Amino acid sequence: MLFLWGSNARETHPIFFHHVLKGIHNGTKVVSVDPRCTPTAQWAHRYLPIRVGTDIALANAMAREIIDARLANEPFIARATAGFDAYRASLDRYTLAYAERETGIDAGLIREAAHLYARADRAMICWTLGITEHHNAVDNVLSLINLALLTGHVGRYGSGLNPLRGQNNVQGGGDMGAIPNRFVGFQDIRDPEVCETFARAWGVPQKNEYGKTMTQMFEAIEHGEMRSLFVIGENPVQSEADQHKTKHVLSSLDHLVVFDIFMTKTAELADVVLPSAAGWCESEGTVVNSERRVQRIRKALEPPGEARDEIAVLCDLARRLGTDWGELSAEQVWDEVRAMAPAMFGGMSYARLEQEQGLRWPCPDESHPGTMYLHERLWHEPRSGLPAPFSVVEHELPLEQADADYPFVLTTGRRLADYNTGVQSGGFTSPLRRSESLDMHPDDVGRLGFADGQSVRISSRRGSVVAPVRTDPTMQRGLVFMTPHFQDDVRVNELTIDATDPKSGTAEFKACAVKLEPLEVVPERELRAHAGSVGD
Amino acid sequence: MISILPPKAPPRTVEFEIDGIPVRAPEGSTILDACRANAKQVPTLCFLDTLHPVNVCRVCVVEVEGSRVLVPSCSRKVEPGMKVRTDSERVRHSRKMVLEFLDSSVDLSTTPDVADWKAAYGCDSERYGPPAPLAPAGTRDHAHAGHHDAPDPDYRATVAQPVKVDNSLYVRAYEKCILCYKCVEACGTDFQNSFAIGVAGRGFAARISTEFAVALPESACVYCGNCIAVCPTGALMAKPEWDKRADGTWDESRQTQTDTICPYCGVGCTLTLHVQDNEILKATSPFDQTVTRGNLCIKGRFGWQYVQNRRQAEPTA
Amino acid sequence: MDLKLLNAEATAEERAAIDAALLAPSPIGASGIFAKRHLLLPALEAAQARVGWISEGAFTYICATLEVPPAEAYGVMTFYALLTPAPRARRVVHVCEDVACKARGADALIAELERAAGPAAHHVPAGDRILIGDDDVAWLPSPCLGLCDQAPAAFVQIAGERPVEELFGDVTVDRLRAAMGGALAIARVPRPRLPQAGDPSLRLLRRVDVADPTSLDDYRAHGGYEALRIALEIGPDAVIREVTDSKLMGRGGAAFPTGRKWDAVAKQPVRPHYLICNADESEPGTFKDRAIMEGDPFALIEAMTLAAYATACDYGFIYLRGEYPLAYERLANAIARARARGLLGENIMGSGFSFDLEIRKGAGAYICGEETAIFNSIEGFRGEPRNKPPFPVQSGVFGKPTAINNVETLVNVLDIVRFGGPAFAAIGTEGSTGTKLFCLSGHVAVPGVYEVPFGATLRDLIELAGGVAGSGRIRAILLGGAAGVFVGPDDLDMPLTFEGVRASQATLGSGVIMVFDDTVELLPMLQRIAAFFRDESCGQCVPCRVGTVRQEEALARIAAGKPRGGVATEISLLDEVGLAMKDASICGLGQTAYSALESAIHRLDLFGEQTGR
Repeated sequence: MLFLWGSNARETHPIFFHHVLKGIHNGTKVVSVDPRCTPTAQWAHRYLPIRVGTDIALANAMAREIIDARLANEPFIARATAGFDAYRASLDRYTLAYAERETGIDAGLIREAAHLYARADRAMICWTLGITEHHNAVDNVLSLINLALLTGHVGRYGSGLNPLRGQNNVQGGGDMGAIPNRFVGFQDIRDPEVCETFARAWGVPQKNEYGKTMTQMFEAIEHGEMRSLFVIGENPVQSEADQHKTKHVLSSLDHLVVFDIFMTKTAELADVVLPSAAGWCESEGTVVNSERRVQRIRKALEPPGEARDEIAVLCDLARRLGTDWGELSAEQVWDEVRAMAPAMFGGMSYARLEQEQGLRWPCPDESHPGTMYLHERLWHEPRSGLPAPFSVVEHELPLEQADADYPFVLTTGRRLADYNTGVQSGGFTSPLRRSESLDMHPDDVGRLGFADGQSVRISSRRGSVVAPVRTDPTMQRGLVFMTPHFQDDVRVNELTIDATDPKSGTAEFKACAVKLEPLEVVPERELRAHAGSVGD
Repeated sequence: MISILPPKAPPRTVEFEIDGIPVRAPEGSTILDACRANAKQVPTLCFLDTLHPVNVCRVCVVEVEGSRVLVPSCSRKVEPGMKVRTDSERVRHSRKMVLEFLDSSVDLSTTPDVADWKAAYGCDSERYGPPAPLAPAGTRDHAHAGHHDAPDPDYRATVAQPVKVDNSLYVRAYEKCILCYKCVEACGTDFQNSFAIGVAGRGFAARISTEFAVALPESACVYCGNCIAVCPTGALMAKPEWDKRADGTWDESRQTQTDTICPYCGVGCTLTLHVQDNEILKATSPFDQTVTRGNLCIKGRFGWQYVQNRRQAEPTA
Repeated sequence: MDLKLLNAEATAEERAAIDAALLAPSPIGASGIFAKRHLLLPALEAAQARVGWISEGAFTYICATLEVPPAEAYGVMTFYALLTPAPRARRVVHVCEDVACKARGADALIAELERAAGPAAHHVPAGDRILIGDDDVAWLPSPCLGLCDQAPAAFVQIAGERPVEELFGDVTVDRLRAAMGGALAIARVPRPRLPQAGDPSLRLLRRVDVADPTSLDDYRAHGGYEALRIALEIGPDAVIREVTDSKLMGRGGAAFPTGRKWDAVAKQPVRPHYLICNADESEPGTFKDRAIMEGDPFALIEAMTLAAYATACDYGFIYLRGEYPLAYERLANAIARARARGLLGENIMGSGFSFDLEIRKGAGAYICGEETAIFNSIEGFRGEPRNKPPFPVQSGVFGKPTAINNVETLVNVLDIVRFGGPAFAAIGTEGSTGTKLFCLSGHVAVPGVYEVPFGATLRDLIELAGGVAGSGRIRAILLGGAAGVFVGPDDLDMPLTFEGVRASQATLGSGVIMVFDDTVELLPMLQRIAAFFRDESCGQCVPCRVGTVRQEEALARIAAGKPRGGVATEISLLDEVGLAMKDASICGLGQTAYSALESAIHRLDLFGEQTGR
């Protein structure tokens, strides 16, 4: 069986969903947990219509039910995990009745889902941003890991946990060390031995302290501690929550360099813009997909104008800063990755990546076939390595709740034919594309006296936008939905909250409180002002 | 409650004959698999490794001793002691006729290999008379099952009809459709499960259609283009290719094909970029790719245009 | 499933009609994403019967209710000739233009109708209706309606809250106009009595026109349910043994040993098993099963119960052609009465054996008489034949082991169980045991269904039917139906046994004996047969889809005096096309589509003069 938790994979990961569909036709039971009855939920065996941001209440109640029904995998817990007693004790208040109250999901349905999961021969939990775009994102993930540990659905073929990555190299970014606390191969920066290894290899001493997450960088800029910024392939002005604030922060910098394939809204604020070759089709290299598969990207086109390959530009930059790396090929860079993180990538030569349609890490040597699933060690007898820890996590509502002033909860997400801020997907004409809308349950539309297509003002405590109402019976009452795809027209991220998870730095895009008002007068001036942002 | 997957027993071997030569094949393989493994040429049209065989085109038929009729090699499993003939008189006759039937009723000008097969089997489609004049648009779409107009002794019937251009991404030129069912399978349970198209009507009036022949934008189509990928005749074609072929600038000899990874979500679909004069003209995915099995979504299939759009802007530092 | 539906609403009456059709509980083991899809055809038929066509609204309502993607449902809807996806008249008359009716004046009738009532409805643009009186009506030509003993025939459908359907025989233009105006009583001509009715030698037709076909008591008074009682006593293995010993061969055309089929199904470990009675009697010239179903419906129900018992089937279907409304009515009545008396349903006759069945109505598709096409049709898919293997006994309807038998085959089993397999085997010949039903039509004095022990000759049968009518001189006899062969006067002494016809390179097919006197022009008959196969080809495989067109075109060129390269060249083209259809088509339709033509051309030397042979 398969949990799709906070994931509309039918639309956001369509080819992954092909594999799910094969499973469905072969009898796999899919349970969808989502505030919206998405196309994914419509394919599910059971749909759990969760209230936004109550995932931990659901997960913990499932765990309690699994334990109470004596469906927990006790031998596995005893051998392979740690912290079970504290975890079990923490579940005390998470009764089915409590969960029904908090999540809005029928208690019987929660019970059924718990039993389906615990009784399954093999079960997986896949999630997407419905889990991670919350102020308590890491806790949300931990609550799911707890379920896998509780049932032993981990470390075996057809079982486990998988965050479905939203971008073609979000996995690879972390793998390569493009995170503030790890070197390539997830090697801890604070580990003195690791630091020493890298210092020796690079001939430069390494500070063994963590860097800043993007949120922390923005705070540092606000506090005047950080004065210049090099932005590569990001468009924070449109992609970050609370757009007003982001723009203000970036404008306060002494020096902003943007390295991008487009003249983005962020690039427009920059002192220097370096046009880049499009990584995936105008240069060589690798990306890592959601199944940890390192895959080759190849140059199919010459980049336009003065756009240049990223490695070449970075080498030039290094030279200007006083270090000559020479002319590096993508393969040379990759071979250094292999050398510095041999346990993960050592066996992945370009030749093998070519031959074997990519390889999944860890792949320590040339004879290693790559690894289909992780954590098999938990099943070794006796167990090898440290036990997997349960984590005590508590249900916490999103920071903003609907209240008398802001009576609706706004959640955001992607559509099939569009992508993030629309910079890429806006480049082709899609017959599926329709402009931004405010998707609402028909009862809410009726209650507020709105009509389908009527323009309304949507306001949060941070900003306000105008969009047409779209009646959508797949919505919950009290919930409204918008996308980030049309930021040029409707700056949805003026509404969203920048409450971020302290552990991951992810913003709570999935929940903020809004109010909805009809536009009494034809707001031509206002509409023009908003439409005007296309060219501003 | 918890099982470890049992190790798979290796398939048993079946011994039989192809064209008088003893051969072996793993149990469960089809005659076509065995023919290919033994370098026996068998033409196919409706067959594709990634789809369930529908065995409707009948161009892959072979003779099996003891069988009253010819059998489709693409779906018939090998059996011990089977005696298969791939090039007997009966086989050649049926293949010739199937090719003539298709060639006399469908535009096969963009179907690979057919010209060679026609020559090899001695096809002569002209003996059925000249093609009938083009019927008005919609005639085939609304044919009623169980009824047809009496044949005109001066002409042969064809499926000729105006091309359907109802969206910006791909065209449907059903004058080229051999009704191989591949697009329906790819759109249906084999992969996409959108079910935007089906086979409608009956007999010679059978056709690929949306419900009530509505235009694609009104249908369940999600423009994944997986139907285009499997179409063997070019009846389904991405718009840039269609336009370039129409204005005579499509030139495969000047094209390169480069495999890379789709720039969108994290699934990691291999994209094969077909580039002519430093311009992407279409994106496909290899059928043997374990992630995609040749499939893509709308963004992978059509979403690369943004890279080209920069070309008009000529980025500068 | 994430369905995308058209933006169209059904009317209240359409919704009510569809809901009513879906009410009948059906314990069918379909699973997966298309679990409700098997109700698609009944739902479409209900919408059509309510208003005379299937609107986008009704269609969309059906798709939503049964969770069938619209494009798939459209493919199914447009597969059937009796379903109409565009506005059409509420009253529709289908006038048979097939061979048997053609031999008895159908062409003239249709020509007159065209003059009186305008062009046929498949040529009338949607929305444009012909008006007679104050109600809208339309007419359509139709393939064989199975009323060849009363040729020419017509089938009337009147849509409405209480839809009316009726088969009319001996029609004239005046009677047709009466029917189109709604005066059905004026149009009605009584069914002729079974020519052999009451003859004590009859076995299959023993009760027809003797016992009341609506009365279970009368059925029992005439020996009904005696066979089932014996079967429940002796057990399923013994039943199969008797059937095997009887050497009964299937009567649907393929002549497969019934005992072997039943034994194979009974032994399948997979459950459930299904039983299907193939009552889609659509082979032109065939009406024997109709005679049984109209005249002795309880016999079929009893025989199916017995067959289900022997083969361990849990559920059964009668797949009945849509143009047999009286048979439907009689069977539905028989099922209801049997169920009420505990002869269907749970614990039949207190034996612990349970079985139930339902009738599924076809909607105008000859191909749905092909056994695997029936499975697809019942499951709610297009009635396209499946490739074999796997065979139905392994994987039939809903992918489960399925016993599928023709009506006549099943009814034979009653006497086999009552009197024993060996007694049955003693009737007829060594290779063809029991009696056989023949459908005599065309130029015979008394057309109708005749039952004779195997071994009778063609001449015997024609004499039984009162001899040759018309000119009294035989030009040709179509044996076995449109998929059969033409034989000539020289073949009259051919014994009509499986082995006898095989020796003469002929076929019994479905028992059709259609006689044409020497005033009949055969070429138009061949053209009609060619048109029939073109219309009825499902279109799935290339040889049949295009081959049936090319052979019709070649005949049209010959008929128009425009043969390409001479008649001999056209004949060799026809032979080439025919051979490819026979060798490479998926199913029996394509494989036999040239059979009758070939025999007329070669056996009867139809074009002898033109080719100088």
